[in-house]
Amino acid sequence: MMEHTRRQFLKTTGAAVIGVCGGSLGCSALAKVIGSGRLEQPDEAVRGRRWALVIDMARCLAQGKCRVCIDACHQLHNVPTVPPERSPKEDVKWIWKETFEHTFPEQVGEFVAENVKRQPVLVLCNHCDHPACVRVCPTQATFKREDGIVMMDMHRCIGCRYCIVACPYGARSFNWREPRQYLEHINPAYPTRRKGVVEKCTLCAERLARGLQPKCVEVCPAGALTFGDLADETSEVSRLVRAGNLWRRKPMVGTRPQVYYKVT
Amino acid sequence: MYDGPKIIAGIVVFVGVVTLPIWYTAAAGNPAERPQPVLPVARRPCVESREFMRDNHMELLSEWRNAAVRHGKRTYVSTTGRRYEVSLTGTCLSCHEDRRVFCQECHDYAGVHPDCWSCHVDSTARE
Repeated sequence: MMEHTRRQFLKTTGAAVIGVCGGSLGCSALAKVIGSGRLEQPDEAVRGRRWALVIDMARCLAQGKCRVCIDACHQLHNVPTVPPERSPKEDVKWIWKETFEHTFPEQVGEFVAENVKRQPVLVLCNHCDHPACVRVCPTQATFKREDGIVMMDMHRCIGCRYCIVACPYGARSFNWREPRQYLEHINPAYPTRRKGVVEKCTLCAERLARGLQPKCVEVCPAGALTFGDLADETSEVSRLVRAGNLWRRKPMVGTRPQVYYKVT
Repeated sequence: MYDGPKIIAGIVVFVGVVTLPIWYTAAAGNPAERPQPVLPVARRPCVESREFMRDNHMELLSEWRNAAVRHGKRTYVSTTGRRYEVSLTGTCLSCHEDRRVFCQECHDYAGVHPDCWSCHVDSTARE
């Protein structure tokens, strides 16, 4: 029988500690031996530290009822087109046109002309520096990447829609119904979503990883969209932003959006 | 002990009954149906070896999805040195084209239901 002495206690404890430490070292060493390959960023990925977008509204408006960027984005990313009887409440959109009054409410007073208030402005997720959606997401399904993109991880989204409540810009959409029923054509190069998750523009993170520009920027027939790295002083977006006459949506709410509008 | 023989006999019967699934199937020559996954015509070597994938494909895919989506690491350098794009549809399904005769075979047998195909596009998704 074991003696209940201090010496015996110390012996048992010592053996236990050595056993645990040795065991865990052994396990991690074994894991390295069994091991597998490593994961890395693709060589051709575009690397940036602070991605931003500048939208030239004059060039966009000159195209009239143009929807090239919207259709290209939604087709590429399998964004469903909700039927009219379910719209606009169940709309799913990553990029769309909003009225001037709704885009820049702080700029529109009683004396702004009605036709100006109704002018369309191209809007999308602003990939804010201090994103409200990231702050409230309980699972970090939406999170801020180091390069500035506010990303969506559909695997983690639980569909609580807290992010939609938090976003001051209405940039996020929830899949109230199974989206595949509303997709005429599924692009096999990109996944769809399923009922119950929130989706939004991801600044084409998967295209950036292949060295490409975001789709909307690439297809705009007027060249109204400029994409680049604000941390790079030589980039076009840096030059445009530093010139200082660009607007952002609702700057007073403190989210520091990174989509800039050249309105004049 | 009292009633020793009876107790021991009872224990032997109990152990026999409890281990019935093991010795019965062994004696009957393993009649259970085995899953028959249809192996693809390999266009290129698989990401890792067959043994590794049998044991670890779940962890591999889990690491892949976190690395690709959350960390932007979309290239996998396998232990063989080959580079692969981290993509379920793009890489895995480029060879294992029909998940119903490959993935689902073993998953149905084992009773596991990972929910990949609600989102990731496979050959059964309407074009």
